[in-house]
Amino acid sequence: MTLLRIILIRLLTTAITLFGVAIIVFVVIRVVPGNPIAMMLPPGATDADIARLQAQYGFDKSIFQQFVIWLGNVTQGDFGTSISLRQPVSDLVLGRLPATLELSIIALTIAVIIGGTMALLGTRFRDTKGEAAVDVSAGMALSIPDFLWGLVLILLFGVFWPIFHISGRVSPSINIDFTTNFFLFEALMRLRFDVIADLIGHMFMPALALAIPLAAIIAQLLKQSLKETMHLDYVTLARTKGYGENHVIAREALPNAILPTLTLVGVQFTFLIGGTVIIERLFSYEGLGNMAIDAVINRDLPLIQGIVILFALLFTIVNLVVDMLYVVLNPKLRHA
Amino acid sequence: MNGYLSIRNLTVRLKGGGTILRDVSLNVAAGQVHGLMGESGAGKSMIGKAVLGTLPRALDITSGQIWLDGVDLQTLPPAERRNRIGALAALIPQDPLTALNPSRRIGPQITRRLVDILGWKRQDAAKRALELLNEVHIPDAPRVMRSYPHELSGGMRQRILIASAFAAEPKLIIADEPTTALDVTVQKQILHLISEMQARHDTALLFVTHDLGVMSKVCDTLSVLYAGKVVEEANMPRFFMRPIHPYSAALLAATPTYTDPTSSLTPVPQTVVDQVEREVMEHDLRTAS
Ligand SMILES: Nc1ncnc2c1ncn2[C@@H]1O[C@H](COP(=O)(O)OP(=O)(O)O)[C@@H](O)[C@H]1O
Ligand SMILES: [Mg+2]
Repeated sequence: MTLLRIILIRLLTTAITLFGVAIIVFVVIRVVPGNPIAMMLPPGATDADIARLQAQYGFDKSIFQQFVIWLGNVTQGDFGTSISLRQPVSDLVLGRLPATLELSIIALTIAVIIGGTMALLGTRFRDTKGEAAVDVSAGMALSIPDFLWGLVLILLFGVFWPIFHISGRVSPSINIDFTTNFFLFEALMRLRFDVIADLIGHMFMPALALAIPLAAIIAQLLKQSLKETMHLDYVTLARTKGYGENHVIAREALPNAILPTLTLVGVQFTFLIGGTVIIERLFSYEGLGNMAIDAVINRDLPLIQGIVILFALLFTIVNLVVDMLYVVLNPKLRHA
Repeated sequence: MNGYLSIRNLTVRLKGGGTILRDVSLNVAAGQVHGLMGESGAGKSMIGKAVLGTLPRALDITSGQIWLDGVDLQTLPPAERRNRIGALAALIPQDPLTALNPSRRIGPQITRRLVDILGWKRQDAAKRALELLNEVHIPDAPRVMRSYPHELSGGMRQRILIASAFAAEPKLIIADEPTTALDVTVQKQILHLISEMQARHDTALLFVTHDLGVMSKVCDTLSVLYAGKVVEEANMPRFFMRPIHPYSAALLAATPTYTDPTSSLTPVPQTVVDQVEREVMEHDLRTAS
């Protein structure tokens, strides 16, 4: 399986997946009760007013007709206009995407660092109390969902020991003109350490809340995989050459133990991205997820559609990257 | 009776009870080949692992000494013991398909210990690896150095593992059934290669096998192991002429002679099995009291 083939197959399945997602979302949000038009009517609107608005947004047509029209527009890059915010959906959604991407990537980084360290320590001290400690903390981390971790963190670092910001993405006092919405990336590029500190101060708690469950999963999976690898002949052979335990774990076992955990971590990362919806709300972080909740509350059908499609696209991209990493890291596939 | 490797009264037990090696003593003289013979499960591999410090965690050395180059390994602190074993001894493993790291190229797998542990310069180590690959008759050595294990055949990989074992000029090599995982067609070549390398580098060799025919060609002396107990230690000519223990005699009888290819395998007679079993039990009772 070469990289090129994987990409081609994935592009095809992505197109089919997105089409399916589009149909489901389109139908579901039109079938559930709640009229988008009702939300934007001024008091005392007449039936004629309602009909005029219905027609303006195309809601007077059948679902099938609406879908065909919407699909036709989408192929030209037009995702419609948000009913509640009265701006093009694509502008709104792409404007918020960077905030969610940055949050997710920081969360993933934290999860890999914490989970990886726990897995390595658990393997180093396997069959002792050290490993038991890793197992117990991973179990605890997993038995509490991310939004509850968010609340715990707010209590800890927002109330009792207020060292982090509990809401927003950036302090109003920060004096910088961003040219993109990738605030953190831009601040890094421009070496604005004051801005970086402020952004991290906002991002740290939501990212950690998202990261804790994933870190626990990485710790468990990677430790299991490492322990199995430690019994293999090439690891034993390395020991006879004079290598110590730490070297054997990190250099001989780790590169091979990562592979079987990679795919599962990829799947879990898509769950993490899904988790941003509630976490962003909790921390009033101005990302896609927060916008999604407003869109649902306002029955803003075009906006909901746009956001869901974007999330679906994001998930398939994550899966594609994982598949490619699997090939790149696995010499058996790399040269096939 | 002091060999380059001298194992004295080595007893290895399972942590939950159960004895794996029973009071094992054996000697491998410098530059000599000592065979270790016994049916599968007898404890041959565990002897090798005890020497190299890679016993499974479930097993413990409960008594005895392992002298390597005049030093009792058991008395050294772990890091020092590891370094000493790494510098003086090496393993040719049983299964070449699992003994190479699948995610690393061949070159580094041979050279890394020279650089990391023995402090060689990188270029010197690479040069040495090329020499070694030529020595084990691997064609196109530079290309093989850049290959990954899965790109090479089993025989090729065993040649590489042999080259790698000799890389640091160890004085003792432990070869644990180095041909059993290979095709019959390459077994002979690999055996021949190990003999050739052993003679050229003048290393002591502890050769584990359950094939007496192979042993008769390669070894100077041998130990016969049954249920973790050495039942006979002998030099080869004496062993073939006058085996002392009935179990040894039965093994010899069970092996088809090379002069008579039509002779068939005869199993070890039940009376002999009963006798060794009794001896093992008596040994356990003696040591338990
Ligand atoms: N990891 C282990 N834990 C417990 N017992 C083991 C382990 N490995 C091997 N043994 C036991 O040790 C005995 C000797 O095994 P081994 O040295 O591998 O035999 P062989 O002579 O075939 O090389 C066997 O009875 C086996 O069941
Ligand atoms: Mg064995």
